[in-house]
Amino acid sequence: MKYLHNIGTYFIMIKDMFRKPTKWSVMKTLIFKDIDDLVIGSLGIVAFIAFFVGGVVAIQTSLNINNPLIPKYLVGFATRQSIILEFAPTFISIIMAGKVGSFITSSIGTMRVTEQIDALEVMGINPINYLVFPKFISLLLYPFLISIAMFLGVLGGLVACVYGGYGTLEDYIQGVQTDLIVFHIIYAFIKTMVFAFILATIPSFYGYFMKGGALEVGKASTTSFVWTSVVIIILNFLLTSLLLG
Amino acid sequence: MIEVKDLHKSFGDAHILKGISTTFEKGKTNLVIGQSGSGKTVFLKCLLGLFEYEQGSISYDGKVFKNLTRDEKTDLRSDIGMVFQGSALFDSMNILENVMFPLRMFTKLSEDEMKDRADFVLKRVNLDGAHYKMPSEASGGMQKRVAIARAIVNNPKYLFCDEPNSGLDPKTAIVIDNLIQEITDEYEMVTVINSHDMNSVMEIGEKIVFLKNGLKEWEGSKETIFKTDNEAVTGFVYSSELFKKVRKMYLEENQ
Repeated sequence: MKYLHNIGTYFIMIKDMFRKPTKWSVMKTLIFKDIDDLVIGSLGIVAFIAFFVGGVVAIQTSLNINNPLIPKYLVGFATRQSIILEFAPTFISIIMAGKVGSFITSSIGTMRVTEQIDALEVMGINPINYLVFPKFISLLLYPFLISIAMFLGVLGGLVACVYGGYGTLEDYIQGVQTDLIVFHIIYAFIKTMVFAFILATIPSFYGYFMKGGALEVGKASTTSFVWTSVVIIILNFLLTSLLLG
Repeated sequence: MIEVKDLHKSFGDAHILKGISTTFEKGKTNLVIGQSGSGKTVFLKCLLGLFEYEQGSISYDGKVFKNLTRDEKTDLRSDIGMVFQGSALFDSMNILENVMFPLRMFTKLSEDEMKDRADFVLKRVNLDGAHYKMPSEASGGMQKRVAIARAIVNNPKYLFCDEPNSGLDPKTAIVIDNLIQEITDEYEMVTVINSHDMNSVMEIGEKIVFLKNGLKEWEGSKETIFKTDNEAVTGFVYSSELFKKVRKMYLEENQ
């Protein structure tokens, strides 16, 4: 019953996010601030993880090819497919649920605890539009982050493969260029956009509707991470079944 | 004027407000007092429209709050200033930006005009030279004064304060009390203050409403509270030996 209530409240929050918009001059500043906090601020960790995971995927693939009939360029091909189809959109989104999601929940939750949200409401401002909408808009730039993760993942694979002595540069590049299906990239970006929406709204929901004090802010951040990850994984399965199945 | 009639509010099975009726007049500092858990904060949040109530009515200058449309409620809220117990300043903004915030949201003033107005109210609350400090760098008293400045910057008709003196030393508390009273007189506002600070009661209580277990137990002023024989009020207000002596002396002097 509690879950149904939460789902209903979540969708009402989504509706309220578009109701009674905040003055554009104020909203503009909030959007730029959130782009800085949520997107630009995540570039470093995303780049670091993508590069090294790309390298690990290339090494693992290479180490598991023992059959001489399997072409050497498979390392590049497998790395590209793993990175573009799953690692960049899904795995990075789970990491972002921890980094960005916890930040969103704790910042909105702290505003709730310290009555800043009540202050907005008393002033006649729609707090959901003021707090959640800029996060939703700023995360429309999430595909930019995922593109960087895709590029660096494939690059990491190349560096690990060539400099680790697992294959040649030519083989790897041939693999990356083999059987490139454009729809796979479209599929990856459709997933990215859906996950961006989830990353902006579920953590906001847990921050906005939290009750209690400082301890509950921490608990809300953890719950928010768990549920954001669960929803991302379920939607990943559904979208993959629908678009590629 | 704010008129409250037969206000009832429950949370599940807990009946918090049990039919409160009172009026708060313009240009007066109205104090709502009572023990912790008496329903003061719930009452204030009902007045502000932050809690929906089951029965009764609240009207602002004749307009019943419940009957207003969403837009009318927004208009009314732009006439309300609120000082929260913990000040509720926005952490991400400095003091000047906090005070300018209501102007930015609800007026078409230019940046310079907004800054001038914010400067003026910050001077009015005796806070000059702290414009660019972040709220976390300000003391409790300073934060309260910033909260008052933010509440009055838009010339509100109604000012609500939830325990404005909590956590302040007695001297700063009196400064805040006097400031609220001066501002109320100056701007002819309806001011409602939730308090359990007896100094505030004696200092600025032009009208006092005493709540007990969700009921209005007594209503009067700082003058009549000395003479009342209502045991619940005297037990609460004169709970310390010092106040008992003050009351005794007052009654002897005025016999």
